[in-house]
Amino acid sequence: MTKPIIHMEGIKKHFGNVIALNGVTFDVTPGECHCLLGDNGAGKSTFIKTMSGVHKPTAGSITFEGKPLEFGSPRDAMEAGIATVFQDLAMIPLMSVTRNFFMGREPTKGRGIMKRFDIDAANEICMEEMRKMGINLRAPDQAVGTLSGGERQTVAIARAVYFGAKVLILDEPTSALGVRQTSNVLSTIDRVRAQGVGVVFISHNVRHALAVGDRFTVLNRGQTLGTAVKGEITAPELQDLMAGGQELAQLEGSLGGTI
Amino acid sequence: MATDAPAGNDERIKAESFATKLMKRPELGAIGGVILVTVFFVITADSAMFTLSGIMNFMTPAAQLGILGIAAAMLMIGGEFDLSIGSMVAFAGMIFGVLVVNMGLPLVFAIPLTMAAAAAIGGVNGSIVIRTGLPSFIVTLAGLFILRGMSLVGLKIFSGGSTQLRGVRDAVEGDPLLTLFSGDALSGLFTWMASVGLVETFRNGAPKVPGIPVEILWFIALALIATYVLLRTPVGNWVFATGGDSNAASNSGVPVKKVKISLFMVTAMAAALVAIITVIDAGSTDARRGFMKEFEAIITAVIGGCLLTGGYGSAIGAFFGAIIFGMVTIGLTYTNFDQDWFQVFLGGMLLLAVVFNNVIRKRVTGER
Ligand SMILES: Nc1ncnc2c1ncn2[C@@H]1O[C@H](COP(=O)(O)OP(=O)(O)O)[C@@H](O)[C@H]1O
Ligand SMILES: [Mg+2]
Repeated sequence: MTKPIIHMEGIKKHFGNVIALNGVTFDVTPGECHCLLGDNGAGKSTFIKTMSGVHKPTAGSITFEGKPLEFGSPRDAMEAGIATVFQDLAMIPLMSVTRNFFMGREPTKGRGIMKRFDIDAANEICMEEMRKMGINLRAPDQAVGTLSGGERQTVAIARAVYFGAKVLILDEPTSALGVRQTSNVLSTIDRVRAQGVGVVFISHNVRHALAVGDRFTVLNRGQTLGTAVKGEITAPELQDLMAGGQELAQLEGSLGGTI
Repeated sequence: MATDAPAGNDERIKAESFATKLMKRPELGAIGGVILVTVFFVITADSAMFTLSGIMNFMTPAAQLGILGIAAAMLMIGGEFDLSIGSMVAFAGMIFGVLVVNMGLPLVFAIPLTMAAAAAIGGVNGSIVIRTGLPSFIVTLAGLFILRGMSLVGLKIFSGGSTQLRGVRDAVEGDPLLTLFSGDALSGLFTWMASVGLVETFRNGAPKVPGIPVEILWFIALALIATYVLLRTPVGNWVFATGGDSNAASNSGVPVKKVKISLFMVTAMAAALVAIITVIDAGSTDARRGFMKEFEAIITAVIGGCLLTGGYGSAIGAFFGAIIFGMVTIGLTYTNFDQDWFQVFLGGMLLLAVVFNNVIRKRVTGER
């Protein structure tokens, strides 16, 4: 197996007296989609935030391309080549799509004191990347606040794909999407993975995960319940793990397998 | 199932007219305000108001306020307030006075030192806001009192008991940097225009307006620079992002803390610039300098289209906001109205601007 791009070992994260993560180990290799599954409140978002430099882990170590690394800020993680679609999207409604797309990483032209934001190039790239995701923007200077939830999500994903040089993290990208956009996102994951990027895909929808995932790690109450490889685990088994092995199996039986 | 539009043209999109686009610009209200106020004074005021010397008359106070207003607008777009800028004018004025009068330093040292002191205090304000996470409103309200008090106490110490420090004019007399910070610029041009009959002259042939007061040039230059930075540089994008949602901005890699601290420093330096210009002009400095200017600067920014919640606004808007301010303050003296209508007018403008901005914001975000 190829070496992991990023390896997280025994990550713990405490918020005051709340233990959000209690020793999570996780890694991503180039060209794979590693799914992180878990119920609401399991600690998935907290975990990927330690991966993208938002939170400093209380304990545990991060190894990036074989070297120990500490991210001081989200900027550090981005510069290392990690791009994230946060669950709350990190978008600013009052700003235009282009300005959101390039927020923090604006393309420039000119040099020295004449170095300036290359808005034309930015608009062009932004429109093009959005088109690749199947969305035609009215205008690149349209405010993000005027977009629908799904369109916003798509902008956030397009942005991360564009900047995600080595690792792409998607925190529940499909939960607000319609059928067509969901399949768009899943095929985008497939495309990006084929380019050798390691994808971390968070979901609590087992079907979406099984559709693209290569490996599956289940998180429950801040701890990993183990990692399974594609083909070695079935949807009901994953579902059970996510629920912490509770009576979900019975429940599902009575619902006729619709979950 | 709903069909998605094919690539290319989306039939569900109405073409946006130029007027709709214009309606979304933050400075629209301020430009409308300037037109309204101009019309009002053209009708009610003595025609002397709109001669060249009349225009310089209201542009000078507009410029002094506008320098503060533009900085306040940038800070407000970045999501913060600074209520201490008025007191900062007094404090920086005191520092500047002490440097040139008591210590006898030339402007080439006194000005950078004054700026550095102001920037340091602005930096402290910003760091406190960021470290504590408290609203800047309350942190800088404390600054308002502390700096005003320190100016009073300091002036008494340095002037031997008075709250005024005199002798600035003599101290800076003949300094080579003086023309940048005081008097009229482009006087050659105005003399020439007088000689060819382009501008009004006195009987002896000298132009009635000897030149453009330097603060007006500073005001215009700063408005242009601020607009350029906000709209055409990465830093400008960071300012909007920081004010729009500092958490989202930070998660997207914007150095939010640096942006905020820098904005506080710039605001304090704008106050110091106003202090230097007005202290040289008056020839002395006193503890009441800049009194209430923090509110006027914030009103200027709001009339200019800044949202109190941050993330939206314009430096050009603040530029026009300051001109409205200057026109109303000075303009009333050209009319038969009681000058004390000024405050009523101001309050009315502010209220109108806030309501208007709110509507604009909803249009921009498509909020329903
Ligand atoms: N900043 C925070 N402060 C305190 N508790 C937090 C914070 N962030 C997350 N938590 C807690 O950590 C737990 C895991 O949250 P989260 O990672 O968002 O779960 P998930 O994304 O799996 O739904 C929750 O119990 C949540 O309340
Ligand atoms: Mg989450």
